[in-house]
Amino acid sequence: MIETAVQSPNSMSQQVTDQGTHLPTVAPTEVPAFKVQNLSIWYGQKQAINDVTIDIPSKTITAIIGPSGCGKSTFLRCLNRMHELMPHTRVEGKVLFQGEDLYGAGVDPAAVRRRVGMVFQKSNPFPTMSIAENVTVGLKLNGLRKRSLLDERLEKSLRMAALWDEVKDDLKKPGMSLSGGQQQRLCIARAIAVEPEVVLMDEPASALDPIATMKIEELIGVLKSNYTIVIVTHNMQQASRVSDKTAFFYVGKLIEFNDTKTLFSQPKEKKTEDYITGRFG
Amino acid sequence: MNVVTRPSIPGETEQPSLATQMSRPSRFGDRAFEWLTLAMALAVIALVFLVGWQLARGSQLAIAKFGFHFLTTSTWDPVAEQYGALPFIYGTIVSSLIALIIAVPLSIATAVYLTELAPLWVRQPLVSLIEMLAAIPSVILGLWGIFVMIPWLKAHPFPLLKTLFGWTPFFEGPIYGISMLAGGIIIAIMILPIITSVSREILRSVPNLQREAAYALGATRWEVTRIAVLSYAKKGLAGAVILGLGRALGETMAVTMVIGNTPQIKASLFAPGYTLASVIANEFTEATTDLYLQALFEVGLVLFGITILANLIAQVLIKTMAGATTTRAVQ
Repeated sequence: MIETAVQSPNSMSQQVTDQGTHLPTVAPTEVPAFKVQNLSIWYGQKQAINDVTIDIPSKTITAIIGPSGCGKSTFLRCLNRMHELMPHTRVEGKVLFQGEDLYGAGVDPAAVRRRVGMVFQKSNPFPTMSIAENVTVGLKLNGLRKRSLLDERLEKSLRMAALWDEVKDDLKKPGMSLSGGQQQRLCIARAIAVEPEVVLMDEPASALDPIATMKIEELIGVLKSNYTIVIVTHNMQQASRVSDKTAFFYVGKLIEFNDTKTLFSQPKEKKTEDYITGRFG
Repeated sequence: MNVVTRPSIPGETEQPSLATQMSRPSRFGDRAFEWLTLAMALAVIALVFLVGWQLARGSQLAIAKFGFHFLTTSTWDPVAEQYGALPFIYGTIVSSLIALIIAVPLSIATAVYLTELAPLWVRQPLVSLIEMLAAIPSVILGLWGIFVMIPWLKAHPFPLLKTLFGWTPFFEGPIYGISMLAGGIIIAIMILPIITSVSREILRSVPNLQREAAYALGATRWEVTRIAVLSYAKKGLAGAVILGLGRALGETMAVTMVIGNTPQIKASLFAPGYTLASVIANEFTEATTDLYLQALFEVGLVLFGITILANLIAQVLIKTMAGATTTRAVQ
């Protein structure tokens, strides 16, 4: 990912060049990062996502809201094929990522996940690794060995994750020695160290206190300039604070998708209005 | 104000109010529970000390007569009343090490396959099969060793080892079949199920969140296993190996049947050997003199000591190896 990628059309690394800067030819507002068409997902007999069609724009923050069990997490995970780790999953429909079918034959899920990173609800640094190792592990997995480059990426990622100043003298300490909020920012640093094009966030602040949550939200706003961000949250205030676009899911269906301001001020659907005004959920 | 009375159900007797029926939680019950569990725990510790003390008492004469030489001399001659246990100590340690070298990679690989890779429909049958291996009585495994394993070892793998590594002292000399190596292999078979099933439990206890963290970085299944699963579980896996080692050191019946029962110290693994457990099992009934019996008791004491020592050393090793990260993590 970090080395110069061969620029062949339709290759999974098409959009990334040296140092991961994005090609200027991609006009972020015009080409959506994800084009999801008639997507349905089943876990065994249970249908979790029901015929969802949505375009997620790139270099923006898209929030996904909805009551528990509405399939928002499942939807997020299908964007980097993480839901496949559960047994007996079945997918129908299409997910086009930068024009390529994510579920096409011969697409390696590991390659997808290198380009579409993820941050989880609970921070999960690797406990046997130091802070520095936690950030660089993804780069090492991708064959990057050059010390100077690793150090450079380490500092850059930690700075972007707004963690550098707090840990720069303790890089050798274990990742688990940090506080909960710091651990979550470490996980964000780990996710962005490999320079993905998209960062998926599954309720990244739901286990954190208000101050740590505020820091994460600030961070998300900063990351927007470089990454497409899709964030699942059950916190509507959070969605309205951080996101540009908001999608409302209810029992596996996409009910409404619009600019965040519009969706919260003038919802078109009755269900959306009921939910954002707290009538259910 | 009228109190609403419930219509009475036929056959129901007058009930006192619920509050009077509930007894307050008793402090006594809690105390008794604490003392009872403490007593149980102490009983286990006491049992260990009692066994050690009995063994030491039973071997008083031998200890007085041979002293430290018992551990450092190699002559085991009941007729001349000379007893030196070094060949048995050597045999026990070497055969157990061979067993670990064979069984540990096999068991951990099996456990990884079972928890990380195997399709669901394969897992349960395979687990049952491995547990069945543990259920085979030792003596039957020994018979199988004599009549099946040894002739096969003698025909194929041993000659191959000799041509490949005959230049080292470990694989030289005549091949009888019955040998230290055969003993080690049979122990390996016996400790495989325990190491596998404990390792499997350890790997299953690794949180899924750890695996997901690695998958989300674009790791392949092997990479996930390496960075998220094995490194997380290494302390527990070391524990599984220690459990296996404990079994290996004390394994008696099957080993006795294939190791050759010759009290000698030979570098070559093709040469017969003897273990502490085997000599007790073999010679206990023949021990007619007090000193002979006491010497066997002392062999038991040595085995007891080695097992405890091996556990202690292993625990210290784990602490220094994996403990560093956990203690720092607690801060």
